[in-house]
Amino acid sequence: MSVKLSSRQVGDVTVLDVAGRITLGEGSSAMRDALRDLVTKGQKKILLNLGEVSYIDSSGIGELVSGFTTVTNSGGQLRLLNLTKRVKDLLQITKLYTVFDVHEDEAAAIRAFA
Amino acid sequence: MRHTPETVERFLESSLESVDSAEELATGMAERAGFEDEDLMKIGMAVRESMVNAVVHGNRYNANKRVRLSVSHTPDRFIIRISDEGEGFDLASLPDPLAPENLLRTSGRGIFLIRSFMDEFDIRRSEAGGMDVTLVKYLVSK
Repeated sequence: MSVKLSSRQVGDVTVLDVAGRITLGEGSSAMRDALRDLVTKGQKKILLNLGEVSYIDSSGIGELVSGFTTVTNSGGQLRLLNLTKRVKDLLQITKLYTVFDVHEDEAAAIRAFA
Repeated sequence: MRHTPETVERFLESSLESVDSAEELATGMAERAGFEDEDLMKIGMAVRESMVNAVVHGNRYNANKRVRLSVSHTPDRFIIRISDEGEGFDLASLPDPLAPENLLRTSGRGIFLIRSFMDEFDIRRSEAGGMDVTLVKYLVSK
């Protein structure tokens, strides 16, 4: 499996659940398309749930940054939820961990958008 | 139990499928050599990033160009060599991905990650003009 994406609405927050591998090719482009689609539809509050992401490479990290920039530039907010140790470690060594607003609890993450 | 040292060489097409197969080959051999989960992830990712550089930036997906992959190990070193047939590049020209002004760049982290994950990293132009990359992870006896 490459990557599987599904979105759900919790109040005015869109939660994008991501599972699988976010790597160069199908995985990273699918996540990019999903985020851009949400922005195009005017969604301003997006919570990216990475709890089921088994693997991410530098291209996937680039897509997280790209998504963050796209959402922020459109006046919205992108937050991250449920990072696996692997993803958290990668964001820390690339100094991106503090760039993102990262949460471990979905309800708290939703409240943070208010 | 560790297996007898082995050496494998492959000439791979310039495709993303080759990236996957190189990662699979290297991590399989690394596991047989005695590496465990955390190191297997690091070796796999370093190979993936190096292969992406060779396929995408070096050979530019050119169907007429190949990537040479060699994986071997001695009792204390696991060694991967990846060579492309591209035009090469100057390592010094790569921006520092940790510099504040570069943090939000969407690319340019691959070589930084490779350096972070491997014990030794060497990259140089080959005589033919492409890049030769050598990755080494130390095997520690337990």
